[in-house]
This record gives sequence, C-alpha cells and structure tokens, in this order.
Amino acid sequence: MAFDSFSAFIAMEGHGPYVWACYAVFLVLVAGMMIWSARRNRAIIEACRRRFEQQEVTTGKDARTQAAASFTRVDVSQD
Amino acid sequence: MWQFFHKLGSPKWFYGIATRFMPWLLAAGLIMLLAGLVWGLAFAPKDYLQGNSYRIIFIHVPSAFLAQSMYIMMAVAAVVTLVWRMKLADVFVKAVAPVGLVFTFLSLFTGAIWGKPTWGAWWVWDARLTSMLILLFLYGGVIALDRAINDEKSAARAVAVLVLVGVVNIPIIKYSVDWWNTLHQPATFKLTEKPSMPTEMWVPLLLSILGLYLLFGWLACLRMKTEILTREQRTRWVKELVMAGRR
Repeated sequence: MAFDSFSAFIAMEGHGPYVWACYAVFLVLVAGMMIWSARRNRAIIEACRRRFEQQEVTTGKDARTQAAASFTRVDVSQD
Repeated sequence: MWQFFHKLGSPKWFYGIATRFMPWLLAAGLIMLLAGLVWGLAFAPKDYLQGNSYRIIFIHVPSAFLAQSMYIMMAVAAVVTLVWRMKLADVFVKAVAPVGLVFTFLSLFTGAIWGKPTWGAWWVWDARLTSMLILLFLYGGVIALDRAINDEKSAARAVAVLVLVGVVNIPIIKYSVDWWNTLHQPATFKLTEKPSMPTEMWVPLLLSILGLYLLFGWLACLRMKTEILTREQRTRWVKELVMAGRR
C-alpha cells in the first residue's frame, strides 16, 4: 500500500478531488454504457418475441377467415 | 479461406459466436480492469514529480488508447464495407461509434482534470489535445451522419467514406507530441523500447488497458447483436432464436 492510512488514501496529498472525480466519471460512464447497452439488447429481444407471438395469433385467425371466405358467395347488390 | 470470409460476413454465424465468447470477455475484462485500477490507485508508488495526481493515468491512457484504436478498427471495417459490401462491417461501425465517442470524451475529461494540478490549466490548445478534440467531433459526425440517412445502404456507404477521411487524424494524434512543442508528455508505451516507468507503475497500467480492451470487446459484441436483431428481425433465424427464449 502506497498510503499510511485510509484518510491519506482519500486525500492523496491534496490531489484527491482530481483523482476521485476522474475515477467516478469513468466508472459511471463505462458502467452506464454497459448497462444501457444490455438493457437495449433485452428490450429488442422482448419486442421481437411479442411481435412474433402477435403474428402467430393473427395469422392463425386470418387463415381461418380466408378459408371460409373462399367458399362464401358474396351477393353484390344489383340496384 | 473464402468460405471463412463469407461465414464471417453472416450475421447469424456472428451472433452465435458472439454469444459464446461474451461471458468470457466480460469476466476477464472486469477482473483485469479492477485489478489494474485497484493496484494503480492504492499500491503503485507515488510519482516523484507529479505526486498522486498521476494515478489518473490508469484511466486516462486506456481510454485514449481505446478511442484511437477503435477508430482504426472502424476504418478497417469501412474499407470492408466499401470493397466487399459486407453487412457485418457496417454493423460494427454503427455499434462502436457511440462507444468511441464516450471513450474520447473520457480521455479528454480525465486529461483536463489531470492538467489542472499538473500544468495549472484545464485546457490548452496544443496539438495533442486539439487533435483529440477533432476525434471527438469525428465520432459525433459519424453518429449524426448515420442517423441522418434513412436508407441503410446509402448510410453505410456515406459513413464509411467519412470514417476513411477522418483516419488522417489518427497519425496526427499519435505523432503530435513529437512533431510540435507540446505540454503533453510523450507516449508511455512504445513497441520498440522498454517503458520509462518503473515496473510497479506500468504493469497495472497494462492490466487496465487490456481489461478495458476486453470490456470493449464485450460491449462491441453486445451492441452488434442488438444492431443485427434490429436489422434481421423479420428473418426466420431470428424468429427461431427469439421464440426458443435464448439470448
């Protein structure tokens, strides 16, 4: 250890504010970027899954109504 | 060889590989960075000239190092985009540019704070600092240009050209401390010489550089995966992947 006590470690002979400000900003930005990127990745996976699930539900319905439609005669008004 | 090259260009193949490597990159990167920073902060000896403020070097140099090498990687990817139209290369540029912006900002910010007790000024318009500021603007320009063009292919080509034009700035940053009279100290590490620092100082510095590199690798993989998913969200493999609940 290059310092005698914990308070000396924090003070860094007067250079503490400079050193700690740098380390704080560095950690916040790097960790923030990592967490934010991970969240965005999860969000897009969730969005995809929801869309695919929605799609499966609706295409199932569509297929049935379409099949029914092809056998139904549509009466068009002759007026 | 060519088959490998084509495989490398396949987003699906990359997605699988990235998923497999990412936990290792993250773990190794975190351990090395943490070891380097704790060593540098608490155990490395004090600098005889600058006192304890020199401990900023353990984050300043890795950030600056990474900001520059990231730009070189982006330039290589830009060439690949223009020559082979490889999708992954463009995905890389897009995913990495914001990370580069953050690291360039970090190196400028920590440099400014370091400059105050060492030079007596937060900022001086000297060659190293100014060329680094231009790098920050280049990253910003790449992000802005990419967002401004809606068509994916034209955006890729325009961004690649901008990245390649900006690469002229990299040797200027590198040699600015040799070409001009500057307050900034010369490079800490050179490939050809032994570092001028004592071992207890350069080992933690090397550790934090490598650690940050690995974390960048993790971050690049993660962000590329997000970009790939965004682009390929209508394909069958993405559907299978997502529905299987795998990440």
